[in-house]
Amino acid sequence: MLDVIWLVPALPLVGFLAILLFGRRLGEPGAGYVAAAAVLGAFVVTVGAFFDLLSLDEHHREHVSVLFSWVPVSSLQIDMALLADPLSITMALFVTGIGFLIHLFAIGYMHGDPKFSKFFLYLNLFVLSMLMLVLGENLLVTFLGWEGVGACSYFLISFWHTRESAATAGKKAFVTNRIGDWGVMLAMFLGFQAVGSVSYSALNGAAESGALASSTATGIALLLFVGAAGKSAQLPLYLWLPDAMEGPTPVSALIHAATMVTAGVFLMTRMNPVIAASADYAPQIIAWVGALTALFAATIAVAQHDIKKVLAYSTVSQLGYMFLAVGTGAYVAAVFHMVTHAFFKALMFLGSGSVIHGMHHEQDMRRMGALRTVMPITAGTFIIGWLAIAGVPPFAGFWSKDEILLFTLASSPVLYVIGLVTAVLTAFYMTRQVVMVFFGEARWESHADDHGAHGEFRPHESPPIMLFPLVVLAGLSVVGGVIQLPSFGIIPDGWRHRLEDWLHPVVEPGEAVIKGTAAYDAKSWLALLAIACAVLGIAAAIAVYAKGRAKPFEPELLARGWRYDETVSAFMGGPGRRAFDAVARFDSGVVDGAVTGTASGVRSVAERLRRGQTGFVRNYSAVVVAGVLGILIWFVIIRGVL
Amino acid sequence: MEPTTTSYLVLAALLFGIGATGLMIRRNPLVMFMCIELMLNAVNLTFVALATRFSDIDGQTAVFFVMVVAAAEVVVGLGIIISIMRRRPGATVDDLAELKG
Repeated sequence: MLDVIWLVPALPLVGFLAILLFGRRLGEPGAGYVAAAAVLGAFVVTVGAFFDLLSLDEHHREHVSVLFSWVPVSSLQIDMALLADPLSITMALFVTGIGFLIHLFAIGYMHGDPKFSKFFLYLNLFVLSMLMLVLGENLLVTFLGWEGVGACSYFLISFWHTRESAATAGKKAFVTNRIGDWGVMLAMFLGFQAVGSVSYSALNGAAESGALASSTATGIALLLFVGAAGKSAQLPLYLWLPDAMEGPTPVSALIHAATMVTAGVFLMTRMNPVIAASADYAPQIIAWVGALTALFAATIAVAQHDIKKVLAYSTVSQLGYMFLAVGTGAYVAAVFHMVTHAFFKALMFLGSGSVIHGMHHEQDMRRMGALRTVMPITAGTFIIGWLAIAGVPPFAGFWSKDEILLFTLASSPVLYVIGLVTAVLTAFYMTRQVVMVFFGEARWESHADDHGAHGEFRPHESPPIMLFPLVVLAGLSVVGGVIQLPSFGIIPDGWRHRLEDWLHPVVEPGEAVIKGTAAYDAKSWLALLAIACAVLGIAAAIAVYAKGRAKPFEPELLARGWRYDETVSAFMGGPGRRAFDAVARFDSGVVDGAVTGTASGVRSVAERLRRGQTGFVRNYSAVVVAGVLGILIWFVIIRGVL
Repeated sequence: MEPTTTSYLVLAALLFGIGATGLMIRRNPLVMFMCIELMLNAVNLTFVALATRFSDIDGQTAVFFVMVVAAAEVVVGLGIIISIMRRRPGATVDDLAELKG
């Protein structure tokens, strides 16, 4: 299937066009099925391509398919080309696979929405853009997808745009992402200037052969990281992601948890030779930003009451883990965590969507409780997701988080402690959420009056089309860890490091880097320590929220996200605004003034000169004679020519 | 007294001066036109006189060019002047100042 790799993005494109042209006629649920079928087709082709690659020799697992010459401008030659290699196929597999499940879920979730077909139009456009992003053979194709997913994210966050908050959240996401896009563009320009090409093979090849100067590589790596921080919601640009929860829940699951927000991690992994060629402080910056984001977002998540806000801050925190992995050189662990996170976070977002659906669009966890009795399947799958993210073995999240922490300790003990504290907090806030939503006493009955329109208010389980994706994702969250099991004594050799072997051609050797360090030798103990942390977090949350042993600690400061949002708004509204106004005044006064001043100066001089044009012929002739006489006087009398 | 080159040049200067003065002080377009012709022919006279003085044919050649161009100019200029006079009888050049700045 490698020869028809273009089908992978082409099928969602066909779905997009079909819904664009016939969306209204397809209606509900036809448009949803068309969209889901398109993504399923892409998934099937990707699986085919995966097996094709697998059958190839390890060093030939790379297939470039040039569709056409896109930008042929003398030395700037950019092809519209797709690259199928282990990394891009891994990404494409979970983008299309999870994308398909979320499409199915959305058919149930968006039931009855007046803009049903338009929703799937955007969703297919998003999948198309995301696939261009991951399959692109050069930075420009990736950037096309990068901008495409950004635009779709904007459309879908403000999908219910009649709600003021949704419209604002969409704008916020768009504007914040522009800052990141600026970084990607500059990185692209810098790469072209240094290497003369924007294709990954050329850039990475130059970095590996040493042709790329260390300072240039640092510049490219850090500028790309600016872009990645914008797209993947890292400090200081994370603030759009919690607001993005204004979008419909399937969007939150697909775009703002599983796929789009991992684009930054993907890009850094793709460019890993450039990061390796850059100065030492570049990866350190990445690791520190990741670690601090992970901790920062986890503390905020502890005090949120909105069921989706908890998951949103949790996503920011988990993305921080991935950047921590990238910064410490654990690219395989980053991709591994990206995949497992996509499984369990998509599962939990869809689970929260199912809860919101069953609770008639109630999102406040203080009005939930005891939902396991009425929504057993949602509760069961959500609990699996909870165990996975909390880091309880043998669920998927444990393995990936453990691997990241192992690499972190090998690189810096301080970062390791931050990662461990975050792990405790993660287990704590996720347990808090599960207890508040599914256990305890039912707090929804006391608010029955608010839902008077429904008569007797009673939460209900979701329809099968929404439960099926939950069950599949729950299964993946349980067994997802098998793709990259660590080299522990009891695990058979054939099962170890599957993902690492698979990604080997793209990513430099993983575990070999830290082999021999003290951290590597102590890895069994580290795993036990990680389990202890998870258990500690879970036990603490159960003691506080289920047993009521202590009063919940949810300070206002954390609930408002350290007032980061307010600080940014206050700065942008106050001094920032004044600074921009000053710049605008400088622009209109000095820059524009120079241009308009020249024009008006010429005009006023000409105004005076035109008076000389009297229209009297004799006047002109007198001037000519006077001129001739003047010349004669000059030559004959003063210069004495004669 | 045999006329010398100098006397031709003095005559030419006088003719040119008359033409230039006439151009500046008269307002009748036809007379001004004649003044221009006078100036042109004064210059022709200097060409011919100096060509004879230096036995150089180039001066006479230049005169031919001047005459041809002057003839062409007369055709165009007279045509314009006559059509102006038809439309606005008795117009002076000072009345024809539409193109002033």
